[in-house]
Amino acid sequence: MEPSELERVARQIRLRDLQAVYEAGAGHIGGEMSVIDLLTALYFRVLRVWPDQPRHPDRDRFVLSKGHTACALYVTLAKRGFIPEEEISTFLKPHSRLNGHPNCNKVPGVETNTGPLGHGLPVAVGMAKAAKLSGAKYHTYVVTGDGEMQEGSNWEAIMAAYQFRLDNLTLIIDHNRFQQGASLSDTNDLAPLRPKLEAFGWEVSEINGNDMHAIVPALEHRSDRPHCIVAHTNKGHGISFMQDRVDWHHKVPSKEQYEIALAELSEAL
Amino acid sequence: MNAPVNPPKLYDCRDAFAATLERLAAENETIVAVCNDSVGSSKLGGFKSKFPDRLVNVGIAEQNMVGVGAGLANGGRLPYVCGASPFLTGRSLEQIKADISYSNANVKLVGISSGMAYGELGPTHHSIEDFAWTRVLPNLPVIAPCDRIETAAAVEWAASYNGPCFLRLSRVGVPDLLPEGHKFEVGKANLLREGSDVTLIANGTLTHRIVKAAEILAGRGIKARVLNMATVRPIDEAAIIAAANETGAIVTAEEHSIFGGLGSAVAEVVVDNTPVPMKRLGVPGVYAPTGSAEFLLDEFGMAPAAIADAAQALIKRK
Repeated sequence: MEPSELERVARQIRLRDLQAVYEAGAGHIGGEMSVIDLLTALYFRVLRVWPDQPRHPDRDRFVLSKGHTACALYVTLAKRGFIPEEEISTFLKPHSRLNGHPNCNKVPGVETNTGPLGHGLPVAVGMAKAAKLSGAKYHTYVVTGDGEMQEGSNWEAIMAAYQFRLDNLTLIIDHNRFQQGASLSDTNDLAPLRPKLEAFGWEVSEINGNDMHAIVPALEHRSDRPHCIVAHTNKGHGISFMQDRVDWHHKVPSKEQYEIALAELSEAL
Repeated sequence: MNAPVNPPKLYDCRDAFAATLERLAAENETIVAVCNDSVGSSKLGGFKSKFPDRLVNVGIAEQNMVGVGAGLANGGRLPYVCGASPFLTGRSLEQIKADISYSNANVKLVGISSGMAYGELGPTHHSIEDFAWTRVLPNLPVIAPCDRIETAAAVEWAASYNGPCFLRLSRVGVPDLLPEGHKFEVGKANLLREGSDVTLIANGTLTHRIVKAAEILAGRGIKARVLNMATVRPIDEAAIIAAANETGAIVTAEEHSIFGGLGSAVAEVVVDNTPVPMKRLGVPGVYAPTGSAEFLLDEFGMAPAAIADAAQALIKRK
């Protein structure tokens, strides 16, 4: 799929995510809007996956470490054919398998359970290392939040990935500059991320993470080292009043706000 | 004068673990060992020289180690993730919950030097909370073998079992108790001695102490049943209920806090089914003084004679 087509799909996913969060009365809409372009490029262009065989041994691995943005992943997986699209309406409902954080034993396409922060990258390192041990050709991608990089476990994994020379691993940091309670800069400011990753031996690309023309080549880039993409994004991207506002981490739009957001996203279509 | 008695030969169960893992790895190329700079203490030196590419040493980084284990399993490898038990379990408990137990990842966690094995190193290095931390987690059998034979059998069982488990090993020498060729069965107690007056239940390094306690009790005319309860979760409810009904009193002994471990697990079954007097021996909710593992177990009332005394006192409450 070409970037212009990916942009169209990403807008459809944004719209469905907005509806799902509004109808469920809960969700993490800000971080979902920031990461949707990355998810779209992965699932509709980059990842080698077979929705009818979700555990195919040669599949590329994708881990959404920022598991609280599960709704965006569910909408993407549904659109890609892993789960029925109508199932999105069960998000957060009693006994739905579409929990607030993704479950690998219930939802096809989910590789490992996430939710607590700082778990996805270590597991992704294991996945990439497994491919090195077995000779498998799959590539492993993991998306973390930027606030999530405050977890020490990520830096343990960053050290191991370089030590193991995992050229089959790509870390994408969704750098939307906000965490749950405040901006990153007012909490434990990790920026600039690039020199920190480079100091640990990684190759680093820095892109606009809401621009498909930048996302696609970055995701397809390969080198002889683990690769980190610092994706500069906007929390709430695509919805004017949410953009770059910390309070939209897990706020639910009112009816009026929902209609404005709906119109903005529809207009974009 | 009595004839001299030769003490039984003692074995470090880590040797049985390492030898079995190397044998299994020779047959199964998916087996990998993962460790945290613990090649020596996990006895992985032989594995490393035989399968250098399959030894994944993450350095001193336990949270990453457990996550890497989950990822290796996702990629079709069969990882044995080894580290000193206080750090493997305590430092990465949330990884064990989310990445291993909740994800149901096919990872074998191996806690080395558990209990009071690092006695002199102090309470930071004692692993007397690991049963409590792990046995609340679904999908995760918790196993503490009592001798080298059961250790080897449990390590072999783990390779054939499609799911995660936690093996809790010591480094303190223990004598052979089970017969050669013993097959490990998860969730099943082994009856080591029949008896009708009281039941003694233990696992790991405590099993040989309750066997000795039963011998002491026999000398006092008391018939003690002895159960080796290697699996703390899922626990052998049938054996516990039968012990309660048929002997009317139960003593547990463990190299663990008395809160949340084997004794608690047995007590839960007893109160839910057939309440009888119980005595739970273990570390009574304190940090231990300095001393060797053997010294500390004696200090906390788990010398064989002290276990026998506790059993004898308990029988009076029947």
